[in-house]
Amino acid sequence: MWALRVVIVCVAAIIVAAGAFFFLAWRSEIPEDASAAEATFAPELVGKGAQLAALGNCIACHTVPGKPAFSGGLGVPTPFGTIYSTNITPDRETGIGGWSEEAFQRAMNEGVDRRGSHLYPAFPYDHFTHVSAEDNRALYAFLMTRPAVKAEAPQNDLQFPLTYRPLLAAWKLAFFDRGELEPDTSQSEAWTRGRYLAEGLGHCGACHTPRNAFGAEDRDQYFGGGEAEGWQAYAINKDSKAPIPWDEQSLAFYLRNGWHEFHGVSRGPMTEVTGNLSGLPDSDIMAIATYVTSIMGDPTPERGQRAAQLREQFEGDYFEQAADSQSSPVSASGGSPGEAIYVAACASCHEGQRRQPFGGLNFDLSTAVNAPNPQNIVNVVLFGLPPADGEASAVMPAFRHLLSDQQVADVLTYMRERFSEEQPWAGLVELIANTRSGAHKVTIRPSDGIERAPHNVGAEEG
Amino acid sequence: MSISLTVNGSPHQVDVDPATPLLYVLRDDLALNGAKYGCGLGQCGSCTVVMDGEAVLSCMVPVMLVEGREITTIEGLGTIDEPGPLQQAFIELQAAQCGYCIPGMMMSAHALLRRKPRPSDAEIREALTTNLCRCGTHMRILAAIRRAGELMQAASLPEADEGRAG
Repeated sequence: MWALRVVIVCVAAIIVAAGAFFFLAWRSEIPEDASAAEATFAPELVGKGAQLAALGNCIACHTVPGKPAFSGGLGVPTPFGTIYSTNITPDRETGIGGWSEEAFQRAMNEGVDRRGSHLYPAFPYDHFTHVSAEDNRALYAFLMTRPAVKAEAPQNDLQFPLTYRPLLAAWKLAFFDRGELEPDTSQSEAWTRGRYLAEGLGHCGACHTPRNAFGAEDRDQYFGGGEAEGWQAYAINKDSKAPIPWDEQSLAFYLRNGWHEFHGVSRGPMTEVTGNLSGLPDSDIMAIATYVTSIMGDPTPERGQRAAQLREQFEGDYFEQAADSQSSPVSASGGSPGEAIYVAACASCHEGQRRQPFGGLNFDLSTAVNAPNPQNIVNVVLFGLPPADGEASAVMPAFRHLLSDQQVADVLTYMRERFSEEQPWAGLVELIANTRSGAHKVTIRPSDGIERAPHNVGAEEG
Repeated sequence: MSISLTVNGSPHQVDVDPATPLLYVLRDDLALNGAKYGCGLGQCGSCTVVMDGEAVLSCMVPVMLVEGREITTIEGLGTIDEPGPLQQAFIELQAAQCGYCIPGMMMSAHALLRRKPRPSDAEIREALTTNLCRCGTHMRILAAIRRAGELMQAASLPEADEGRAG
C-alpha cells in the first residue's frame, strides 16, 4: 500500500509539473494572414521603419553577405552551436509573408514566432521587448514592403536537448524581463530616449555585456565587455580602457562617422553598426551617447589627469603630412625583436602626423592595446582593415603573410609594454596561431561594413 | 648590416639598415625598378611583390623580415623578348594606360592565379582590392587577368614553378 501511494504521488507530481510547464511554454498559433504581404502602408511609416531597422542592425544577422537583404540564412555561432537567421522578407512560404502585424508584434515582444514556437535568444528579444508597439508597426511596414525572396534557412546545428524549443520557456522565466522599460523620472528626456534606443532596438548590450553559462546577458556586468564574430566588444561602462575617456561629444561623433580622432576607427562587426546608424537623426545619435556615457560614469582622477596630458598632446591643429616609409622616425637598432619590427613596420604610419581616419592611430590613444584580451589587435595585425568600396576610408594592410606568429607576438608584447600600464598578455602565440588558422573564426569587413562584402575576407574558412 | 635575400630565384647580399623597406632595396640596391613607389603607406598597391607565394606591399616590408624568403617581382615573370603569360595578356589587351600601377596589379594577380588558375571576377576584384588605378583601365585589367589564366592553362605551365610561373 505504501509503495502504491508513493507511485500515485509521484505520478500526480509529474502530471502537475508537466501541466505547469505546458501552461508556461505553450503559445498559440496566430493564423496565417494571406493578404499580409499585399498590404500597403503610408510611405512615412515605411521610412520610419527603415530608420528603425538600421538602428536594430537587422540586416547584419538576417543577410548572408552578397545575398539579398533580409533573406536570412546567416550562421550565427554561439557556444551552444550554430543558429541560422531566418528569412524576414515577405515571402509567404519561407519568410514572414503570412505574418499579421499581431504576429510580428508578438515575436518582438515575447520571442515567439507566428506558429507559437519559442525563438532562440540569438534573436535579441530580451532587448526588442522594450520596443514600443508604434515602432514595431513601422518596422513591420518596412519589412513587409521589401522584395519577397524565397530562401529557406538551413537547420540550426544545436545539440539535443537544445533543439527542443519549449525548454526556452524556462530560459525566459529565468532571464527574460518582458515589456517596456520602467520610466526613470530623475533623468533627462535625452537620456530616456537614449536608453530606449540603446536598450531596445539598438541592443548594444547583446555584444557589449558578457553572457552567463546559459547564454543570457549578465546584468551585474552591464556593458562590461563581450564578444561578437571573433572580436572583443569593449567594456563601455566604468571599465572602459579608452586612454582618453569617451564623452558625449566624442561618442556621438564616433557613432555618426565611424571614427574619432582620440579613439580610432570602428571595425569588425561595429562597422555595420556605425554604418547603419548614419540613417538616424543627430538627436537620436546624441541621445544614445548621453545614455551610454552615463553608464560609463566620470573617470577616476588619475584617468582624468592622464587624459588631460594626452589631449594636450593630440588636440588642436598640427601640421598634417602624409607620413610614409621614407620618414621612419628612428632607426631600428638595438631593443627587442618586437621593437625592431614595430619601429620599421608600424611606426611610420602609427606615429605619423596623418589624422584619423586615414592615418594610423597613435597607440597612446588605443583602447585595443589596453584591452584585457588582445584579440582585436591580433585581428587587425593579421587581416588589416580592408578598404571600403568606392569611397575614402580607413585602410590598413594585412600583415599575416609577412609576420610569423612569434613575430606578431613580439610586436604586441612590445606595444603592450610601451603603450599600456596593464599586465602583459598571456598566451599570445597560441591565440595568434588559432586566429590565423581560422580555428578562432573572425569576420573581417571593410569599413563601410554593410552588405558589400561578398564573403569573409579574413581567416580561412575553418 | 648585411642581409641575404632571394629575388626571382637569385640570391643577393645587401648591406643596409635592417629597417629599410624591401622596395628601396629592390629599386636602389638590386636595380629592379618594376615595383613602384606610390604612397609609401601600404595603401595604393603599386609596390606589390610576391613573397613565398603571397602578395605583399614591399614599401611596408622591412628588409630584416625577408631573410630566407622567396621574393618574386615583375621582372621574374618574363622578359621583354619573352614575356610571361600575365605580361603577354596585359600587352594583348592593352591593359595599361599610364602603367604605374600595373606591376603591382600583375603581382597581386600572379599570387591569385597561382592559388586559383580560373578565378571569378569577384575573386579577381577581391585580390586586387589593395591595388589602385587612377587612369581607369579597370575593365581591361580584369580581362587581362582572365586571359592570363587561359594562357597559363593552355601552356599548362607547372604552377609551382616560382621563377617563371607568371
